[in-house]
Amino acid sequence: MIFLLLTVFALAIFLGFELITKVPPTLHTPLMSGANAISGITIVGAITCAYAEVSPVAANVLGAAAVFFAMINVVGGFMVTDRMLGMFKKKKA
Amino acid sequence: MTLEHGIEAAFLLAIFLFIFGIKALGKVRTARSGNTYAWLAMLIAIVAALASANSFVVNWYWIGAAGVAGAVVGVVAATRVAMTAMPEMVALFNGSGGIASLLVALAALWGWNGSGLAHDKATLNDAILQPQHVAEVLKELPEGLTDHGAAPERIDPARIDAAIAVVEGKLPQIRDSKGPSTSLGLVLSILIGGITLSGSFVAYGKLSEKISGNAIVFPGQHALNGLLLLAAAVLCGWMAFGATAAPMGPLSYLEWLAVILTVLSLVLGVTLVIPIGGADMPVVISLLNSYSGLAASMTGFVLQNTLLIVSGAMVGAAGLILTAIMCKAMNRSLLSVLMGGFGATSGGDGPSEDARDYKNIKKTTSEELAMMLDGISSVVFVPGYGLAVAQAQHVVRELSDLLASRDIQVTYAIHPVAGRMPGHMNVLLAEANVPYEQLIEMDQINPQFKTTDLSIILGANDVVNPAALDEPESPLAGMPILNVHESANVVVIKRSLSPGYAGVKNKLFERDNTLMLFGDAKGALQECLDELKAN
Repeated sequence: MIFLLLTVFALAIFLGFELITKVPPTLHTPLMSGANAISGITIVGAITCAYAEVSPVAANVLGAAAVFFAMINVVGGFMVTDRMLGMFKKKKA
Repeated sequence: MTLEHGIEAAFLLAIFLFIFGIKALGKVRTARSGNTYAWLAMLIAIVAALASANSFVVNWYWIGAAGVAGAVVGVVAATRVAMTAMPEMVALFNGSGGIASLLVALAALWGWNGSGLAHDKATLNDAILQPQHVAEVLKELPEGLTDHGAAPERIDPARIDAAIAVVEGKLPQIRDSKGPSTSLGLVLSILIGGITLSGSFVAYGKLSEKISGNAIVFPGQHALNGLLLLAAAVLCGWMAFGATAAPMGPLSYLEWLAVILTVLSLVLGVTLVIPIGGADMPVVISLLNSYSGLAASMTGFVLQNTLLIVSGAMVGAAGLILTAIMCKAMNRSLLSVLMGGFGATSGGDGPSEDARDYKNIKKTTSEELAMMLDGISSVVFVPGYGLAVAQAQHVVRELSDLLASRDIQVTYAIHPVAGRMPGHMNVLLAEANVPYEQLIEMDQINPQFKTTDLSIILGANDVVNPAALDEPESPLAGMPILNVHESANVVVIKRSLSPGYAGVKNKLFERDNTLMLFGDAKGALQECLDELKAN
């Protein structure tokens, strides 16, 4: 299992490099904040833990706190990225 | 089974959407839809995760309340933040990503391990003596050790042994049931998540100037960081491959170690970022961005979820690419940035200059600048961090609109590391409605300075210092700069002659074609604008 997962990890890193080798400077900030929002994907893990099957209160509390912070990251990140990109777009019209 | 397949399929769809989203984010025309793809992917992933929770005893109140509260904070932060405060905002979002991954790892540990199990050895022994209770007991053990719903007599005795061993603390079941990828992922989630969290907070403090933006250095710093890193590595290795989950007081041994690792990683985040000064922040922010992705990816190893692994890894790669671009733009290695201390004030060994060292300084005024602007055909604005501090982006745009209406060619020269985060100047000027076409990258604009009548430097310093070109001993040597000194005239709007981040004198200020306009960028430009309008 570990080698399968490591393979997936390595391929994903490689894919990431391939996808965004050349980024125009205008997009540096939006790319960063957009990517940052994506790192909020950890919310999936947070939800999983908040309902951890063997669920002592400690795990529930930690999981819920994780949901809270991941949600800030996700919602805030995507919205602020959209706001920025909206400003860029306005200009071209 | 069908629900499980549906959830897996949803995760796969989310992976595809993330890939397309990130790809689209890298191109100007598609960037906005790229963000929407990623947003959609996230929505799908969250719904799928909630759906998979359906089959368990879910604490919906916890999840719902936490999710809504987080979303509200996110919305408020994203809609309220001023564009000048974007670097701080990104730092805080990075931090919240880091803490989320850290908490997920801890929750997973607590949920699966030691005190998380309500059963001690005696309970299990009872269960074994009374087979009718076995299924009940095993139901509460982590997945991978049990067959849910299996009839008691059909449960493999080896499983029961394993379960007992777990409770005895001989074999943390995380390791046994899930394999080394899980336990290694878990400790790395804690480590990277913790470093991202506290590192981002220090970066936030520096960016918002709540703490000194200068590099903070002290003797033995590198040795200390090295020791801390070594300790963290040893602890991680021990936790992943050696430590037992034997109970020790309120927590298990493994949990105590996790607490120590958390503290250690938080300390590391602070000690790694404090020696890095303000102008190196673009590198730090993108690196922390990379870390927050890697931390999420590591939680994917804990939960054996490829969606987390893939999307986290892609974010990690994106952050690394930006980091590399930033380093290249400063002609410095990542290592030298991370070692920090660049332009440190407390060290005393760096060259420090002040106003007395400058000769041939010629001052000018806003009125004179207005007069100069009256008779030229091309002007280049060179924005830097000072522009953001002075919040002068709107008045610059007003001035450039006025100039453009008088048939003066207006452009902006954007150095890749101007400001405090990658692309800082672009965002700032976009907010003020500066046309995108007027922003010219360094490589394109440098050949044009020779034919430029006037360059106006707004709060930039090191990125226009010709010492980078002709002084091999300068700390700036080799850094690509904007060749503003080649334009016919240069006006530098600056509060004082204080040195830039690198702590070196700017030779540009002494050149014959340079005039200094001392003052606040916003005020000076406003006066100049009023003067031009009056004529």
